[in-house]
Amino acid sequence: MADAILNLTCKQLRDQIAAGDVKSLAAVEAVFAQIEALDDKVGAYISTFKDRALEAAQTIDRKIATGESTGPLAGVPVAIKDNMCTDFGTTTCASKILENFLAPYNAHVVEKLRDADAVIVGKTNLDEFAMGSSTENSALKQTVNPWDKTRVPGGSSGGSAAATAARMCFAALGSDTGGSIRQPAGFCGVVGLKPTYGRVSRFGLVAYGSSLDQIGTLTGDVADAALMMNVIASHDKRDSTSISENTAPICDYLEKIDEDVKGLKIAVVPEFNAGADRNVQNALKSALDIYKALGAQIIEVKMPHLDYAIAAYYIIATAEASSNLARYDGVHYGHRTEKPADYVEVYSKSRAEGFGTEVKRRIMLGTYALSSGYYDAYYLKALKVRNLIRTDFTKAFEKADCIMMPTSPTTAFKIGEKIEDPLQMYLADIYTISANLAGLPAISIPCGFDADSLPIGLQILSPAFTEDKLLRIARMFESKTDYHTRKPKLAGCEK
Amino acid sequence: MSRFFVFGRLQMAKKIDETQVRHVAKLARLDLTDDEVARFSTQLSAILGYVEKLNELDTDSAEPLAHCLPMHNVFREDVVTESLDTELALRNAPQHFETFFKVPKILEDDSGA
Repeated sequence: MADAILNLTCKQLRDQIAAGDVKSLAAVEAVFAQIEALDDKVGAYISTFKDRALEAAQTIDRKIATGESTGPLAGVPVAIKDNMCTDFGTTTCASKILENFLAPYNAHVVEKLRDADAVIVGKTNLDEFAMGSSTENSALKQTVNPWDKTRVPGGSSGGSAAATAARMCFAALGSDTGGSIRQPAGFCGVVGLKPTYGRVSRFGLVAYGSSLDQIGTLTGDVADAALMMNVIASHDKRDSTSISENTAPICDYLEKIDEDVKGLKIAVVPEFNAGADRNVQNALKSALDIYKALGAQIIEVKMPHLDYAIAAYYIIATAEASSNLARYDGVHYGHRTEKPADYVEVYSKSRAEGFGTEVKRRIMLGTYALSSGYYDAYYLKALKVRNLIRTDFTKAFEKADCIMMPTSPTTAFKIGEKIEDPLQMYLADIYTISANLAGLPAISIPCGFDADSLPIGLQILSPAFTEDKLLRIARMFESKTDYHTRKPKLAGCEK
Repeated sequence: MSRFFVFGRLQMAKKIDETQVRHVAKLARLDLTDDEVARFSTQLSAILGYVEKLNELDTDSAEPLAHCLPMHNVFREDVVTESLDTELALRNAPQHFETFFKVPKILEDDSGA
């Protein structure tokens, strides 16, 4: 019974709960049985809320039994990345500096999940302050890839991806600044959606790179991503970068999810894709063949500036991070050093003790790039290149509905393999970063496995505010393949 | 191996030496250990060496893009609304006194003043 429940998608579970065929309580109990059996090994969760979740499930079951109206995720167990504020439990960002932080309010997306009657089971691990591509930068714990525990789950939303892959939740929220949803989704064999910048309110998301950060979803399939988007996409006046529904209307993403996009034109950038491993290139080629068989036209385009995305990103993101993280001052919240000699040490020692190495490195890089004498050479130059990258996309979208490329150049790498060489870690983000620089929606869907049986991700990017079409394009592939239905052996419920 | 992985192996002259690292750490209010200073000098130099790649591009005619979507200033009525409760705001403070955040003294004692 529990396995049968864990094999359901969010949408199936939601429908069965609403019909009274499955109790939300049973779903929550199944998820916690899974967490108790597996999370010692996987390490996906920083905190869980069993009592709270069981109680919430019972409330929803009662509502359904008495015929009260319920929300679109009624009774479905979901997880949240621990850089989103909740007015219950801690919000740690996987950092020592916020280890005991009790957020005074809920993030907008948490309110949305609550209003949709979802059941929040826990908060997931991440690279400290979402800075990293492997979740190894968490100061609190290590998360492993459910497909191979010697490998990283990807990052920074590694906990959310691992929890979804190992069926320790039905869906999870993540945040994506340079690939932090899509890359772990690719590494863990789940679906990761980064919506258009501004589509989902970032109110209550702890800031890293504010012109790049976007909240999105990790789910078992594309329809579930659409269902989650229906819940979290909205305008919010508390986030000044939240786009109004007048500027860009929000539609029902689920309504037409199974309608194929007719006359689909797919752009690919052969020179760029040539940088990926053989396994990944082969999987991409097979995926394009499936689309061709569905009647899509493949168009080769040149996007000469994509190769510069990493260089631009690591200046822009770190510059923004150095400014955003100035708020950790040892005064208002977070860690304060024991015996500061003077007021400067309240800042400098509290921050030195509270931040991990990668966070310090990025603050340093960003501060340097913004400092007197270097601003024009680095920061301004990077912003200009960002414009060239966006123009590449604008031109490509004149010829095609979407662009397809790998999510990552490799499958999940070994724990410890890149952690001592930050530049190597950064270079692994080559395919995901440009969507953030251009503010575009992008999705990673499972498209195959390599020789070591590790999942491979296919990335699809589309113009701003076309998530509806993006999801339908992704769904076309999903409906013709079964990669997304495969589960890691460790999850104990593979079909 | 991917061609993207080649750049990191290039040996570069240090773009940011230890004195500069210490200066930046001071600006960022980060107390770094000697070991961190040495490590960051090497690592940040490698990263900045890679970033030099941006100079291959002619950007004279490109406008800097700080934000990728059309954003408009949003005005609202100047009305009083609820704000964060004082007790909640102070709940996470390392130290507080009554309704204030408490910090070490920032001025020296000067009995003559």
